[in-house]
Amino acid sequence: MDWYPLFNSLRIAAVSTVIIFFLGLLAAYYVAKLPPLVKGVLDVVLTLPLVLPPTVVGYFLLRLLGPKRPVGIWFAEAFGLRLTMVWYSAVAASAVVAFPLMYRTARGAFESFDRDLAYAAQTLGRSNTWIFWRIKMPYCRQGILAGTVLSFARALGEYGATAMIAGYTPGKTATISTTVYQLWRTDHDELAFRWVLVNLAISAVVLLTVNMLEKRGRDPRRKAAPAAEEVE
Amino acid sequence: MSLLVNIKKSFGSFRLDVSFETEGGSITGLLGASGCGKSVTLKCIAGIETPDEGKIILNDQILFDSDRRINLSPQKRRVGYLFQNYALFPNMTVAQNIAAGVRSRARRGEVTARLVRALYLEGSEFKYPRQLSGGQQQRTALARILASEPEVLMLDEPFSALDSYLKWQVELELTELLTTFQGPVLYVTHDRDEIYRNCKQVCVLERGSSQPLQPLQQLFDHPATLSACLLSGTKNISRARALGGKRLEAVDWGVELTCSAPFSDSLAYVGARSHYLRPAGGPGPNRIHCRVQRVVEEVFSTVVLLATPGRTQGRSRLRLELPKEEWAALSAPEQLWLEIPQNALLPLSEQQR
Repeated sequence: MDWYPLFNSLRIAAVSTVIIFFLGLLAAYYVAKLPPLVKGVLDVVLTLPLVLPPTVVGYFLLRLLGPKRPVGIWFAEAFGLRLTMVWYSAVAASAVVAFPLMYRTARGAFESFDRDLAYAAQTLGRSNTWIFWRIKMPYCRQGILAGTVLSFARALGEYGATAMIAGYTPGKTATISTTVYQLWRTDHDELAFRWVLVNLAISAVVLLTVNMLEKRGRDPRRKAAPAAEEVE
Repeated sequence: MSLLVNIKKSFGSFRLDVSFETEGGSITGLLGASGCGKSVTLKCIAGIETPDEGKIILNDQILFDSDRRINLSPQKRRVGYLFQNYALFPNMTVAQNIAAGVRSRARRGEVTARLVRALYLEGSEFKYPRQLSGGQQQRTALARILASEPEVLMLDEPFSALDSYLKWQVELELTELLTTFQGPVLYVTHDRDEIYRNCKQVCVLERGSSQPLQPLQQLFDHPATLSACLLSGTKNISRARALGGKRLEAVDWGVELTCSAPFSDSLAYVGARSHYLRPAGGPGPNRIHCRVQRVVEEVFSTVVLLATPGRTQGRSRLRLELPKEEWAALSAPEQLWLEIPQNALLPLSEQQR
């Protein structure tokens, strides 16, 4: 059994999760501060990929990144890179499709943040950067972790947009989900079933991780720290 | 050490217009019903909210001046703000919370250790806020504020988050700690008893507008306005009409009364302290014939609600509070004559100009 699809899927999901993590936090942080009208509009735009069929997302991505489209031409000229039918095209696809999961859970977490904590820190002379990393992020840890793991799981299972923009090239762009489809289509039923099992195993591990994280966060009395860590 | 505040701010139909000046070494009470703009005033002083116009000056340093376009960030203001729920960082221990307030990195450990001792937090250094009692939480928050070396302290309803049986003890501890603080202290509350126990002077806030700062005794002995009178705890209030000299008509109670001294032309209401009201044997000056409407037993006293001849819907009732034995001695009358002594009467204007 050729393990390339597993490696490729994990690689794509990992890279897109890192991208989504920062972009999602950034979007959530700033959108939560916007006036209601702008917020409403941006919210719709940023959440659309969650409800659109992945093939529609793939279509838009092809329109944007295709070799004959401005962005694609620019990348080809500037870096000699093509943006379609290569493994990292799938990163774009899974990042766009999974982005709303991170954005929405992080925004929910930020909105439930007790703003008095930030105000208190400000009056104590603490910078907004310090407040973000030392107060806001730990306070919202739960939601942000959940968003990250969910995004990773969604990115791992991405099929529609990936198939359109990265296609299926064995040993190049093949992912678990495209491999399953390809094997089934070409009557390699037994091999397809093995990949299905792999997929099930990964998903179960992801869900177990989410549950464990939630249980640890819910523990009402975390053990007292052995010593006062330095605050900075 | 002084704090001067003179600010205006509008939110929709609500207008905030607050001005007062206080000195160091004294506790100034900001007294007002909920929603009157107390917390917004504190937030403006702290720099969390920005006033539309005005000035905030702390010890000759301008924190905010709309004319000169000065608006310091909260970080630069040196304002200690004790939040209603204390706003302790839940992800940090007591020691870490206090250390977060220390501005100089080199002295962080030393200052934290000193404040842990000074605020009786030894043994709780490594606990998280949710493992602390209400009083410990408050002391931690105060230690964290003192660690940042503020030049003014602002306490926003400091005891509202505590159970009533804890409150008394914690209040004693807090006011004792406050005596060591050099700068001005602003104490915000809606509770007249807290103000009476802890403050030297009071600024009454009514629907966003501040009334002139007054000594504590003046608020309780001679409240000048309806809102001040209500906040000082008087529950018997009637609309009033001047009749010339010391005479006035309490419209809602349907009676003419004589006051101990002449009153200003802006008379609009009259208040009567329930503790001075006494049942009387029969008719006479400043006496009203009332019908007993309801009797409410309190823990140590009996409250009697009396219907007056005024019969205005809702406002014509008088509240009489008597020691239990005294009421028992009257053997549950259905009607009685009530005397409102001259010194119980508080002539009030609508609002101070």
